[in-house]
Amino acid sequence: MTRSIYCALLLLFSLEVGASLKVFTCESEWAALTKTIGGDLVNVFSATSANQDPHFIEARPSLIARVRRADLLVCSGAGLEVGWLPLLLRKSANPRVQPGASGHFTATSHVSLLEKPTTLDRSQGDVHAAGNPHVHLDPDRMLIIGRALRDRMVQLLPESAAQLDSNFNNFEEKLTSMLERQSVEISKLAGTNIVVHHNSWVYLTDWLQLNQVATIEPKPGIPPTSNFLASLVRQLSAISVKHIIRAGYQNPRASKWLAGRIETPVRVLPYSPENWETEGALILWYQQILETLVLKGERE
Amino acid sequence: MNTTNIRWSILCMAFFVSSHSSADELAALRQELNILREAYGQRISELEQKIFQLEEKAADSNLSPLPAAGTVPIRQTGNSFNPAISLVLDGQYAAYQQDPEDWQIPGLPLGGEAGLAEEGMSLGHSELSMSANIDDKFYGKLTVALAEHEGDLEVELEEAFFQTLGLPGGLTFKGGRFFSSVGYLNQQHDHVWDFIDAPLAYAVLFGNKYIDDGVQLSVLLPTDMYLETGIELLRGSRFPGGGDQQGAGSRVVYLTSGGDLGHSHSWQAGVSYMEQTIRGRTSVGHAHEDPVMEEIPEFKGDTDMFGINMVYKWAPGGYGRDQNLKIQLEYFDRGENGLVTMLDSDPLELSSLRSDVSGYYAQAVHRFNRNWRWGLRYDRLNPKSRGDDFEVLEEAGLLATGFDPKRYSAMVEWVPSEFSRVRLQYNQDKTLEHGNKQILLQYTFSLGDHQAHTF
Repeated sequence: MTRSIYCALLLLFSLEVGASLKVFTCESEWAALTKTIGGDLVNVFSATSANQDPHFIEARPSLIARVRRADLLVCSGAGLEVGWLPLLLRKSANPRVQPGASGHFTATSHVSLLEKPTTLDRSQGDVHAAGNPHVHLDPDRMLIIGRALRDRMVQLLPESAAQLDSNFNNFEEKLTSMLERQSVEISKLAGTNIVVHHNSWVYLTDWLQLNQVATIEPKPGIPPTSNFLASLVRQLSAISVKHIIRAGYQNPRASKWLAGRIETPVRVLPYSPENWETEGALILWYQQILETLVLKGERE
Repeated sequence: MNTTNIRWSILCMAFFVSSHSSADELAALRQELNILREAYGQRISELEQKIFQLEEKAADSNLSPLPAAGTVPIRQTGNSFNPAISLVLDGQYAAYQQDPEDWQIPGLPLGGEAGLAEEGMSLGHSELSMSANIDDKFYGKLTVALAEHEGDLEVELEEAFFQTLGLPGGLTFKGGRFFSSVGYLNQQHDHVWDFIDAPLAYAVLFGNKYIDDGVQLSVLLPTDMYLETGIELLRGSRFPGGGDQQGAGSRVVYLTSGGDLGHSHSWQAGVSYMEQTIRGRTSVGHAHEDPVMEEIPEFKGDTDMFGINMVYKWAPGGYGRDQNLKIQLEYFDRGENGLVTMLDSDPLELSSLRSDVSGYYAQAVHRFNRNWRWGLRYDRLNPKSRGDDFEVLEEAGLLATGFDPKRYSAMVEWVPSEFSRVRLQYNQDKTLEHGNKQILLQYTFSLGDHQAHTF
């Protein structure tokens, strides 16, 4: 009897040792990246899915409980999670992931940000003082962030440095070769006119050299009025727009209405990798975006 | 090293070699040199090509990673480390069927902030809040509320506390003046509440909100389910406590748990217990009837109170921006045992007092699109009291009449953005037997720092 209890305890402890690093990520793209680099060394939880707008998440008790046990926290930063993350951190009573600790990683502090506002005023809608935080849509930036994240994970798991390194190199190689294979398609997209729902695609337009001619929201986070939409139709009548782009979680009504008026299809792009647990989720997701814009664009 | 440099060195080398060797050797060397030159030239032009490409790419995409931390040139000014500042503007219009001055709850004298807002247009609490991480170990916050009462500007210190950020074992220590964790609503700022006025139970038991000075130690357990428990030792001089306190006149323990059910449902539930030693809580009594000959009732004794709170939220797919539902319920049961004295009475009037007050509210608020919410609330109180001198208790306003106060409320609000809100509320108030219809219209605006709100 005693022996079996010992065995059970031993098993329990060995399981604890097996899953080394508990990681809390704010968005699923960081969950995918962490899983890609960490592999079996990490146990990843994502606070949001591709169907949720990371601006508007509640500091739910379940999330506080997750942060309490995390060894590493990976988030976008730059004000994207300002409505809930500071509270989670404060309530978590977890010194390992507080700002400044090695277990606190914000992606946007490792790359240059676009759209740094010159004036800060809430009459301009929900603006981010540090710049646009949606950096994950640019694969080049993703690689820079991945490299920084690998370094951070090496710092936390020094004995597994070689494995983390090879996992990252593998990812870098696969992503680069995918982009090279698609380079002809990518270059064809340059200069394509698009209309977006919310101004959250700037890194995608920057990467693919798309030409964003209008946003459906008059100001970030503020829904369009019918007057504004009518003026948009007038404005767009002279331009040939190829795609109207919106994220899965954004309200479909305005973009659908506009699509009918200017006879341009709406493309619902996954804003984040949907099944981040699966292998190669990030590369697959970039591919998915490219295919939607290239193939569907050609067919019509 | 650039191309010209290499060429020069190769030429020099050739000159040096040629002046000391025979014709054959010279030819061989020349050949070798030519091969070398060719190889170098090729390599150099390759490198030049690469540099050019990189430069072009960098210029195109503006893609340069930030320099390592520490080398970033940040302009240092005196206010770089200012705390986050947020300001809440709040005002309302109120219309009542009965005179708000007569509003009372029989047997339960009001204290703290409780009472109806002024009739007509008035300002609520204008709140100024500052907070920041003090260093890597502490967080601090200060909130002052500005309000005008009968022509005088009143500055209330609502919060002034520090808390630890990283004690081991999930421990958090808080000290100063803070909102007690005795109830769910008690931990939120008034402007976050879903109705304009406090529930009746909060009005009578906490004077709208129990805020006190002291310390709190809490522990968040490392479990899958959210499980937090804590203890508070508070001074106990502020309502519902009272009198001069040397030690901790007020002691609170609480346990809160919570979690998710699938992607769309989440919940939180808690229990709390509060014990108070009251060394003199004065109330107004029947002052309005005879304001000159005022004899102030004072209660000394012990209180123990038990509370339950439950919150359930529904947000389809975990994304509630366009549609969500929030249901909450709190129940409190307070027993008091002590002595009531009418101060300044001659001969001295006093009576023993045993009271038992239970109260609850239940409310539901539904967001039916991005900018609109509506909600319903039901309030109920059940006060009981007895003592050895009913006349004294009656005069002190502490004698329950056997009538159970209740109130029905409905509200609808327009929320243009996260930072602004206009709310209309209707109350069918039955705290007194003849009833009172109340209409309230309120605006609330948040300026400055984007504050994170609790669940």
